[in-house]
Amino acid sequence: MTSAPTGWRVGTLVGARPLTGSARSLTFDVPGWPGNEAGQHVDVRLTAPDGYQAVRSYSLAGSGPGEQVELAVERLPDGEVSPFLVDAIELGDTVELRGPLGGWFVWRPEPARPVQLVAGGSGVVPLVAMLRAHRDAGSRATMRLLYSVRTPGDALYADELASAAPGDATTWHYTRSTPPGWPRAPRRLTADDLRDDTLAPEPGVRTYVCGPTGFVEAVARALTGLGHAPGDIRTERFGGS
Amino acid sequence: MAVFGGRRRDDNPALPPGQHLTTSFPVLSAGPTPSIDLDAWELSVRTESGRTHRWSWEQFRALPAEDVATDIHCVTSWSKLGTRWRGVSLDTLFADVETDLDHVMAHSYGGYTTNVPLAELLHGQAWIASEYDGEPLTPEHGGPARLLVPHLYFWKSAKWVRGFVMQDEDRPGFWEQYGYHRHGDPWREERYA
Repeated sequence: MTSAPTGWRVGTLVGARPLTGSARSLTFDVPGWPGNEAGQHVDVRLTAPDGYQAVRSYSLAGSGPGEQVELAVERLPDGEVSPFLVDAIELGDTVELRGPLGGWFVWRPEPARPVQLVAGGSGVVPLVAMLRAHRDAGSRATMRLLYSVRTPGDALYADELASAAPGDATTWHYTRSTPPGWPRAPRRLTADDLRDDTLAPEPGVRTYVCGPTGFVEAVARALTGLGHAPGDIRTERFGGS
Repeated sequence: MAVFGGRRRDDNPALPPGQHLTTSFPVLSAGPTPSIDLDAWELSVRTESGRTHRWSWEQFRALPAEDVATDIHCVTSWSKLGTRWRGVSLDTLFADVETDLDHVMAHSYGGYTTNVPLAELLHGQAWIASEYDGEPLTPEHGGPARLLVPHLYFWKSAKWVRGFVMQDEDRPGFWEQYGYHRHGDPWREERYA
């Protein structure tokens, strides 16, 4: 039953673009990558010249077959790995990747059901993968995103989310500062906001919530309070508490 | 070419391979944190004979408890050293349990399950913890009570535990069905199946 830490594949950075002042999208070419489902994550391993290694998990922003994987990484203030991935790694550099990992926080086209996505900050990444998969599948089931960010400049994939097809609408929520002329003052997402801006707890509706621990705890608690069955809410959390 | 240096050297001998230290206490759960009423809380052990041993919250709190200081290791690669818990040893819970089966499925409020060999729950290796760092265990960390089996990756330490069912074979629990290792020994890096 012993499983050695196998399954590492070498990935070469073939694309990189800034998403915000502190986050970057990285696309790796990974020969042998088996493809992944929307919402899964991957372990990334970096090796220093003296052999020291560090491993962290990151959500995948894409899905499907193919040997390219896109991650989005946010620089953590005290991070060891994220500053390297956001600020230093260059096209042509290599890392090792293991995955795909996680089979619970995933979206599949079938069975078709209405889906509400709720993201806090960089927690939007696996939900971006779901929106893209939903679009690529031509799914006619409703999929909506409620995206809570501190300020407009903190939104990852803002252009892509703003240009989504009608019906795949993103509702924005700001907790610290808003765009000019925004009708609402910035505030933390409340149960009232969730009632107004997410799909009602009708049969078949599934809600995916991803973000920092405190955000996910508050949103999941509010959703159950609004009448969503706990089994219809899937969560993914990151960060310390 | 950019060269990775690594800012922190986690060469602590208490760290299993592939792990790094954290001083926070990250939370990983598959769904909402359940709200559990202590008046309705119950812990049970069910065996192949059909017999079910049960403890109410009051009965559970009356059992002898131990202080446990231990390192914990999450499969997502963080480890936290020297955590302090208080709880009831599984040796105490299983003292009057008669079973010939070797495998256990732990069940939680909210529907989570995880499989553990019985031999790894006994002999001072596992507890039902209801206090963390001198305080009642908070709901997001598994309160009112969670399984604590710290020599395995922490997904085995089921939050909101409600009972154990003896199994005739090593059937996989929740994360084990999604590709995580049946056993989960951090020192052997048993992360994924």
